[in-house]
Amino acid sequence: MIKVANLNVSYGAVKALRDVSFEAPSGAITAVLGANGAGKTTLLRTISALVEPQSGQIFLDERNLVGMRPEAIARLGVAHVPEGRGVIGEFTVDENLRLGAIAHKVTLAEGIAEQFELFPILKERRKQYAATLSGGERQMLAVARAMIAQPTVLLLDEPSLGLAPKVTFDIMTTIRQLCESRKLTVLLVEQNAKSALRIADFATVLHVGTAIASRPAAEVAADDSLREYYLGMPSS
Amino acid sequence: MNGFLTNRILSDVLYGITNGVTIGLVALCLVLIWRSTHILNFAQGPMAMFVTYIGLTQMDHGLGFWPAALICMVVGFLFSGLTERLIVRPLYNKAEINPIVVMVGFFTVLEAVATAIWTNIPRYPVAPFSSINFQAGGSPTALSPLAVFQIVLAVGAMALVTVLFNYTKLGLQLRASALAPEVAKLLGVRVNRLLTLGWSIAGVVGAVAAVVVAINPSGMSPSMMDGIFILGFVAAAIGGLESPLGALVAGVSMGILMQFINDYWNSNYADLVAVLILIVVLMVRPQGLFTKNTARRV
Repeated sequence: MIKVANLNVSYGAVKALRDVSFEAPSGAITAVLGANGAGKTTLLRTISALVEPQSGQIFLDERNLVGMRPEAIARLGVAHVPEGRGVIGEFTVDENLRLGAIAHKVTLAEGIAEQFELFPILKERRKQYAATLSGGERQMLAVARAMIAQPTVLLLDEPSLGLAPKVTFDIMTTIRQLCESRKLTVLLVEQNAKSALRIADFATVLHVGTAIASRPAAEVAADDSLREYYLGMPSS
Repeated sequence: MNGFLTNRILSDVLYGITNGVTIGLVALCLVLIWRSTHILNFAQGPMAMFVTYIGLTQMDHGLGFWPAALICMVVGFLFSGLTERLIVRPLYNKAEINPIVVMVGFFTVLEAVATAIWTNIPRYPVAPFSSINFQAGGSPTALSPLAVFQIVLAVGAMALVTVLFNYTKLGLQLRASALAPEVAKLLGVRVNRLLTLGWSIAGVVGAVAAVVVAINPSGMSPSMMDGIFILGFVAAAIGGLESPLGALVAGVSMGILMQFINDYWNSNYADLVAVLILIVVLMVRPQGLFTKNTARRV
């Protein structure tokens, strides 16, 4: 479980997050929706300690993460797949996966075999440089590399970015399956609200740094008044 | 006459390789630091000189060559790591000129301090290898036991570094920390420690290079690394700054070329030619001759 309480983040004079509070329970997907610049990426980066908050708390179960280093948070089982996927293009598929397992006590061969079962295409590509993969394959690699460390929390930043609808659909379905089979806490940041709401249990809507709604996903999807905030256009 | 010509060319190639492997070691050092922290360590020569003085002057107190050389490497490991931690770390994410200015300043300081402590009168640490050339059929060849030692050392260091970087878990983390520090942190890699370790490893390679220079007939002096650093810098640039093998190959090629210029033309032109080659390579193929990537991220 991830719990965020009264979180404030500024970049210089610009307030990126204002007093954001919400909870992402275990074994469920919590979508974070909002237009460009709403603070979605900042929220994930703050949870991973890549950005330092001005005030507020972030709890992983009972433990406050604020003040810890990013690598320490990763070692606690928080996997963050950053925007643009963060696969290392100069590394092969194999090397990317090995890097994912590096800080964790998993048997490397087993972990890799398990990911190849989930994403068979990666097995075919294992000797290839990640830079030569398609967008969808890179996203699969990013998720596989995160999952190999057997995390309890998965932070996903715009997994659908730049992917074809069919590929997005498959990725989202895989995320749903992973969440259920591993009892993961998934925090899914998306601009593609429709895809995210299809698989999410809960949704938080951010509007210029403020959380204006945190409710079950079905309610958020049904609420027309919220739509203008996460679609970035007024409802008609 | 024909036999004489062949011998002269062969001798030049052998002398060139012997000098070239040391140039390659200096280049390798630059490549290691560039790959781990994207900084050009202009103070690398004096840093290596300094630790070599610390180690090899112990021979004055009766210590043997091998333990003294080991001290050089251990001190090189610590000194280089400490330099990264204390002097270089505040420079990350600053304007590119900052590390250059600081490292050139460090260069000057180290040479001045070394001169103050040990004077600039050369010393001649004795290595357990003769610099007298092997004999073949009554006439001398261009290879001495010392030269063979130098070549084996350089190739060995290169091989170790390649294995470490490409085939070990530690190497994977070192490369990831250099290529994508943020991604590496998100995967739990302790990036800061690895950047320090990258410098420390380069410090050991630098100490090896400086020990090789110090036991040559020209001896050990505070400015002993200056000339070879320029050549090593050119070799690293030609090799593409990313490739350990490229650094060694470019270093050896430079060594052979310099030897031919010395022998057939005028030794005063050697450094000039080296810099001219650098300019041409940077104009024609700025990514270096041995890198696959077409664009370099700076």
